[in-house]
Amino acid sequence: MKKTKDKIIEKIIFICGILSIIFVALIFGFLFKEGIEFFRDFGLKNFLGSAVWRPTSVPPQFGILSLIAGSVLVTVGACIIAVPLGIAAALYISELAPKAIRDILKSLVELMAAVPSVVIGFVGMVIVAPYVRIILNLPTGLTAFTGSLVLAFMAMPTIITISEDAIRSVPKQYKDGALALGATNWQAIRRVVLMAAMPGIIAAIMLGIGRVIGETMAVMMVTGNAAHIPHSIFEPVRTMTATIAAEMGETVRESLHYRSLFAIGLILFLITFIVNFVADLFSGRSKNQ
Amino acid sequence: MDEGFFENGEKMEQIEIKDFYLYYGKFCALENINLSIKEKRITSMIGPSGCGKSTLLRSINRINDTIEGVRTTGQIFVNGKNIYDPSYDIDSLRRNIGMVFQRPNPFPISIYKNVSFGLEVNRICSKKSVMNEIVEKSLRDVLLWDEIKDKLKKSALTLTLEQQQRLCIARVIAVKPQVILLDEPCSALDPVATRKIEELMLILKQNYTIVIVTHNMQQAARVSQDTAFMLLGKLIEFNKTSTIFTKPKKKETDDYVSGRFG
Ligand SMILES: Nc1ncnc2c1ncn2[C@@H]1O[C@H](COP(=O)(O)OP(=O)(O)O)[C@@H](O)[C@H]1O
Ligand SMILES: [Mg+2]
Repeated sequence: MKKTKDKIIEKIIFICGILSIIFVALIFGFLFKEGIEFFRDFGLKNFLGSAVWRPTSVPPQFGILSLIAGSVLVTVGACIIAVPLGIAAALYISELAPKAIRDILKSLVELMAAVPSVVIGFVGMVIVAPYVRIILNLPTGLTAFTGSLVLAFMAMPTIITISEDAIRSVPKQYKDGALALGATNWQAIRRVVLMAAMPGIIAAIMLGIGRVIGETMAVMMVTGNAAHIPHSIFEPVRTMTATIAAEMGETVRESLHYRSLFAIGLILFLITFIVNFVADLFSGRSKNQ
Repeated sequence: MDEGFFENGEKMEQIEIKDFYLYYGKFCALENINLSIKEKRITSMIGPSGCGKSTLLRSINRINDTIEGVRTTGQIFVNGKNIYDPSYDIDSLRRNIGMVFQRPNPFPISIYKNVSFGLEVNRICSKKSVMNEIVEKSLRDVLLWDEIKDKLKKSALTLTLEQQQRLCIARVIAVKPQVILLDEPCSALDPVATRKIEELMLILKQNYTIVIVTHNMQQAARVSQDTAFMLLGKLIEFNKTSTIFTKPKKKETDDYVSGRFG
């Protein structure tokens, strides 16, 4: 009796596992198929080699460069803001803060993670963007920089919680050993604790970046959606994700435009894959040590 | 020779513990400890597990300060100065009193960086060549240099446990402390490695004051000149090692060293 029950549960779990693999394979296959057809019709060179994105002009132009530039600019900007702040916050929470403050901060960070992205985008649009415009004296507040600010806010909870875990799981003997050699508290933290936690912190950063690259809603609401190569971070840009989300509804199924959006998805998939791969490389290396 | 020095009282008192109490929260882990440790000798602390040996050792370099809820009363004098005086500089205290922990705890950085760590944080030297010299000498002093001179850039975690423990000793002596505290330094090692570390301690004794905590009585008998016996947070008896093991004055000591409990 018990044996059959075990067998059934085993089978169910097996099917669930297989299904998730099948779904991923299907998604990728679909993406790949539509993308390849697009490359065949439009040409890979025209796609990757041009910055003009005019899907509805005649003839239509599908140059992805400005979209990649938009995504990269917003993402890099978000990382420059979120990584130092996130690590500093993680260090403060795990090593420096008194217990009462630590508990408050931890729940605040969890709260930050729970805010839906459309709400963050909305706040970014009606509050952050006007301030960006006024303070920096720009023609519009809907810029790559605004997108970076909003995305940094979204990446920080990931970076903080995972870095904090990594820092806290550094054995206490490491820090004691450093202090016993005459290091100050800060020297011990910077030179030993942080070094020991580094693989975990890098994984945290990568996961934070992963969250940022894939984000669509909030970015679309605050970056101005101008598909051109930006000259500075204080100009409107359009990201790959925002393009897919904004244009998918207007396309005709099986049209070139429709397929071009899958081609963007394919490029996005490739980039996320590389980021994940690098993250794995780092966490794998730490395990071997 | 050594004994003669002791008898004539020529050796200085390096560490003097006076009316010392330590509490973890409400729990009194050390009760009224009075003890003086002389320079350039090996003093061992023995006693059953949980009697407060590590706690006492960790009070001497104030590394207990890192544990939340620790409170102390009384004084510990090092070179005549009370280290529990609020104005005492703790970082320089810890530089002067090195510590080797129960489990080898090399930092997860290169072998070289482990040894140069103390030099850097204490700004002992900035010249690369001087630093190289000190690192080499420290590694030679712990008889590790020949084994690892070709892989100084490798992670310290690639070493065997015994090598790691030697490295931890090397990194302590690199900053030239006067005192080395060792908390059961051999408990993670096999008997052969234990012997080697003990031989090393006897060499180091010529230049350093050594305090070693051990629950291994044979080890205390082999390496130390003075022995303190502790029980339930109290110092029961302190005397020359030979006296403690052959004709102890207290009944508890006698019971313990003759193996009746512990
Ligand atoms: N961080 C701590 N918090 C509370 N109690 C502790 C702590 N460390 C040790 N103790 C207690 O203090 C007593 C002495 O511990 P310790 O000095 O580690 O003994 P020993 O090294 O002789 O085995 C034990 O009863 C132990 O439970
Ligand atoms: Mg102990």
